[in-house]
Formats: sequence, structure tokens, C-alpha cells
Amino acid sequence: MITKIAWKNIWFKPLNTALSIILLTASVAIITLLILLDEQFEKKFNANIDGIDMVLGAQGSPLQLILSSVYQVDAPTGNIDYAEAKTWMHSPMVKSAIPLAFGDNYHGYRIVGTTPEYLTKYGAELKDGKVFNKNFEVVVGSEIAQNLGIKVGDKFFGSHGDAAEGELHEDHAYHVTGIASPTGKVVDNLILCNVPSVWAMHDHEHAGAEGHTESTEEGHEHDGHAEAVADTHEHEDHDHEAHAEGEEHDHEHEEVGISEEGKEITAVLIQFRGKMGFITWPRLVAQNTRMQAASPAREINRLFTLFGIGLDALQYLAYGIMLISGISIFIALYNTLKERKYEFALLRVNGASRLQLLLLVLIESLLLCITGFIFGTIVGRVALSLISGSSESEFKISFNPLEFVWEKEGYLLELTIFVGILAAVIPAVKAYSLNISKTLANA
Amino acid sequence: MISTQNIRFAYGKGAQFNFPDIAVQSGESLLITGGSGKGKTTLLHLFGGLLRPQSGQVLIEGTGLASLSEKKLDRFRGTNIGLVLQQAYFVSSLNVLENVVLASWLATGKQANDKARQLLQELDLTDHLYKLPSQLSIGQQQRVSIARALINQPKLLLADEPTSSLDDDNAFRVADMLAHLAKQYGSALIIVTHDQRLKDRFPNQISL
Repeated sequence: MITKIAWKNIWFKPLNTALSIILLTASVAIITLLILLDEQFEKKFNANIDGIDMVLGAQGSPLQLILSSVYQVDAPTGNIDYAEAKTWMHSPMVKSAIPLAFGDNYHGYRIVGTTPEYLTKYGAELKDGKVFNKNFEVVVGSEIAQNLGIKVGDKFFGSHGDAAEGELHEDHAYHVTGIASPTGKVVDNLILCNVPSVWAMHDHEHAGAEGHTESTEEGHEHDGHAEAVADTHEHEDHDHEAHAEGEEHDHEHEEVGISEEGKEITAVLIQFRGKMGFITWPRLVAQNTRMQAASPAREINRLFTLFGIGLDALQYLAYGIMLISGISIFIALYNTLKERKYEFALLRVNGASRLQLLLLVLIESLLLCITGFIFGTIVGRVALSLISGSSESEFKISFNPLEFVWEKEGYLLELTIFVGILAAVIPAVKAYSLNISKTLANA
Repeated sequence: MISTQNIRFAYGKGAQFNFPDIAVQSGESLLITGGSGKGKTTLLHLFGGLLRPQSGQVLIEGTGLASLSEKKLDRFRGTNIGLVLQQAYFVSSLNVLENVVLASWLATGKQANDKARQLLQELDLTDHLYKLPSQLSIGQQQRVSIARALINQPKLLLADEPTSSLDDDNAFRVADMLAHLAKQYGSALIIVTHDQRLKDRFPNQISL
């Protein structure tokens, strides 16, 4: 009954109530959003660097290298010579090394040349069909297959570069041999083929479309210094070279003639056997080659630290708004106290105890807070699903708005209730200690 | 019934009030008159347990109010004493019926819905059950507060200037209803007023 009166009372002053609830909703929504983002962002990011200790790639920003080769969100730093990379990939310190070669995209989804090991690295299995093994055979990530309705046996043409509007490679069609199972990681949004497919696609392009003006990094490097790089390092790894050439001999008689000589890839994902590589590689690679070795864990940490400042600022803002909403509830309760003291005196005359009046004021405040909390939780999740929609299309990262982070959101609820109690203390005590005789006599 | 013995009261170090002893049986009524500053409202608050006397006794149905703790007094007041004030106050967010029912819930823990409807009907307020108190005229509000005062069938019905803000018609109507219902519910009725119109209506009077 007290709760019912409290409920009726707060809706009797709809504007005051709306103000308090809106402020609370705003602060709870922001904090909920931050909690969910923080939790899921870190989880998503860390899930993708599981088992990748080091990334070998072209010189440039190490963060860019990680973002492009691990998360597939940024442009690559450039290409590296495959032969040179191979010497490092075969180092005894390395447990596994997966080459990546970027070339084309299909409707904005990257087509990445790699080895089937890439799939196992991310825990993806084949939902349908079989893994790629010949040129131009591709395995399509689960999300792409779903979004574009791709089935095993389909054929499609890729467009050059990262943009969906890039030049179409109409000479070779990719042939879908498999669909990967969903993993919640980057592989869901990739189209995978073997590395020679990427080379073949672009070799042919240069032979056929000599005068094309599109000046991508790849285009340049094929034409220019990449050859030179291959030459200068040739003597260093001649045994590999020889081996590779032998291996590739059959292919050279095929229509496109793929040789590893002078071929480039974009990056290599490395997993070490021991800890040594972590320490020595970045320096060794930088000193001896034109490549760089970047640690995903370190770069992502750096990224989070940068993000962290912004997130912290947003969090302080949210707590500030919560403080203001507390003050707003306090002022609303305190202001109405003057007109309501007759109401309180009357309740006492009718047999209400002091404690019941105290409870009445307290419950009114708590009702506001809990309503605000519920709305805030909902609004925060709506905001997350909107963000998820845009991050999905832009960065291929999606968030789950229905996840509950019980511990942190529990704290948030406690904080909200605490604000409610704090705002109500003074008005409630005033109601508690009201002198009814005086109040009624002075009427 | 209510009886008092040698009640004294003082606000701080100000004027000291010595009140005459009174005794009112169930179903009877008493009109207490006097000019302002004579302590009419104070006396009524002493009867109702809103104030405690410095000395002397207020006995209601054999219970001395002085012996009750604050909490017990609240409860006792709720069940045994009905109060009608000069100006009617309500929980403004609740409608007429809910306000009357609330009084029964606060006193007994039960919501006497049917009884509230019946009382409001007797007070000619059937059309206004679901209106907010602020939507009623002053005369109607006063009648609602009578219904609220009587909902728990109190042993004692106290009225503080119940008619002074009303016009003649409404004043007599309210006075009649008070007297009639107090008798019907077996409550002792005490009215304090300076309203001359009531002096002819209630034969049993004392003056402070």
C-alpha cells in the first residue's frame, strides 16, 4: 500500500519524475554501454590473437600491421618477399607460421591467400564442402555465406583491392569448395584461398592489363622494387629457393605459370615454440631485413591504453550525470515536502507511524532509481546494437547486446540504489520528524 | 467515551493553559467554543494524542493516552480517533475512494472498500468516488474528510472548525452529517469552533 501511494505520488508530478528518470536513464545507459563494450571488445580482440605470438610484415606502423593482418580492418603496411619470409618461417624457434596474401575482395569481403592451417588456427571447421587445395578454390566464412547466400559450387569474380568498387578480375572466377563453420572471430568474414591463387590472379592482370592506371601498393611493388628485393636476398636463401623452384616446377607449365621467385605476400602469422622469439625477433628482424615483427598482444595493449583514456572520460561523464540525477531527485523530493507536510501529518493522524512516512519517501526515490536503471539498461543495449550494426558493416566486429555482465551491472544497480537512498535521506528524515500538531495548528 | 482530568499544557515558556475537565459518552456530542488564543485547537490535539499534556489525564475508553508509546499512540489514534480539520487535507495523488480506504488500511491493515463506498454514499458523494480531492468543492472535501474520519468506527470523533470555511447551507449540512453519523456509529463527538451558527445546533456546550 505504501508502495502504491509512492507510485501514485511520483506520477502525480510527471515532469519532475520524467526529469529524474531521464537523467538516470542517460547515466545508466552510458555506463551499461561502456561495461558491455569493454567486456566484449576485449574478449573479441583477445580471441583473435590467441595463438599468434608475432606477425611478420612490411615495415610501417606495427599497430597497422596487426590491425590489417590479424583483425583485417586496416590497409596492409605493404608486401614482403615470400622467399625472405620463408627463411624466418622455417626458423627452429617457430612452431607454426601461416602466410597471408591479400589481393582482392568480393562485395567488400577480403579474399585472403593462406594455408588451410589458418582455418584450424581460428577453430573453424568446414560446415560444408572441402578445404581449398587447387588455385582459385575458396572457402567462404560463415557470415559471408549467410549474408550473400553463397553455396558450395558457386563461382564469383573478385574485385581488386579493399574496396567493393575495385576493378573486377574477370579472367578468373573463384570456385567455392567449402563453407566454414561460425567462430565469432575474423575468419567468419573472410574468403580464403591458397597463396598461389592471389599471385596468379595478379600476374595475369599485369600481363593482360598492362596500362591500367590504378596505382595500388601492390601494383607498384610488383612492377618496381619488389623484384629488386628478391634479387638482393637471393643469395641468402638459395637452398630454399632451389627447393621452392623444384616444388613449383609443375605449376610453371600451367597456364598462368606460378613461380615463388620474386613473389610477395602480405604478412606471416607466427607462433613460437618458446619464449625466446618474443624477445629476440623484433630486433633481429628489424636489423637484418626490410620487414618488421610486431607482437599482437603488445600492440593491442597499446591500443586499449589509447582507447582507455576516452572510455575513462566517458565513464566520468556518466557518473557526473548520475550525481546530477541524484541531486534532481533530492530537489524534487525536498521541494514537494513543503506542500506535502500536511499530507504527512494527515497520514500520521490516520494512524501511520513515523517509519511508514520515512519508507514512503524512500520508496518514492527508489522507484525512480529502479525505473531509471531498467530504462538505462534497455537504452544502453539498444545503443550497443546500433553500434554493433555500424561496426559490423565497417570493421566486421559485432557485439551481443543481450549479454549480461552480472557482476559489473550488479555494482551499477547497487550504485543507483545508493544514489536513490542518499537523495532521499534528508527529505525522509524530515518527514519522519514532522511535528503533526504544529503542522495542523498552523494550517 | 472520553474523559479528562486536570489537563495542563504550555508552549515553551509561553501561556499556560488549564483546561476544564470534560466527559462525553458514546453517541453524545459536545461543542467547545471560545475566541482565538484560548487553546481550542491545542485542547483538541491533546484529545487526539497529537500533543501530550504536561500534567493531567486523557482517558479514551479507559485507555490513558499518556501511557502509550509513540508507535502505539499512532496505532491507537488510527483505530479509535477520527479527526476532521478546518481545512481538508488529502493524499493529493489518490482519488476520493482511495483516500478513505487508505485510512482504514493505515489503522487496521485491511482495505475496507465496501465500507468506504457506503460511507461516501451516505455523505452524498457517490458521483465523486474516482475524482481527485482537488477536483471537489470545499464543502464536498469536508464531507470526504468526515467519511475518512469515520471509516474505522472511532470511539471518538474530533472536529476542528469543521464548518468555518463553509457557507450557511454547507455548514448546516456538514454539522447535521457529523451529528447524525457520530450517533449512528456510536462515537463521542467533540467539536471546537468559534462558528456561531453551530451554537444552536448542539445543546451540550462549554466555553473556554
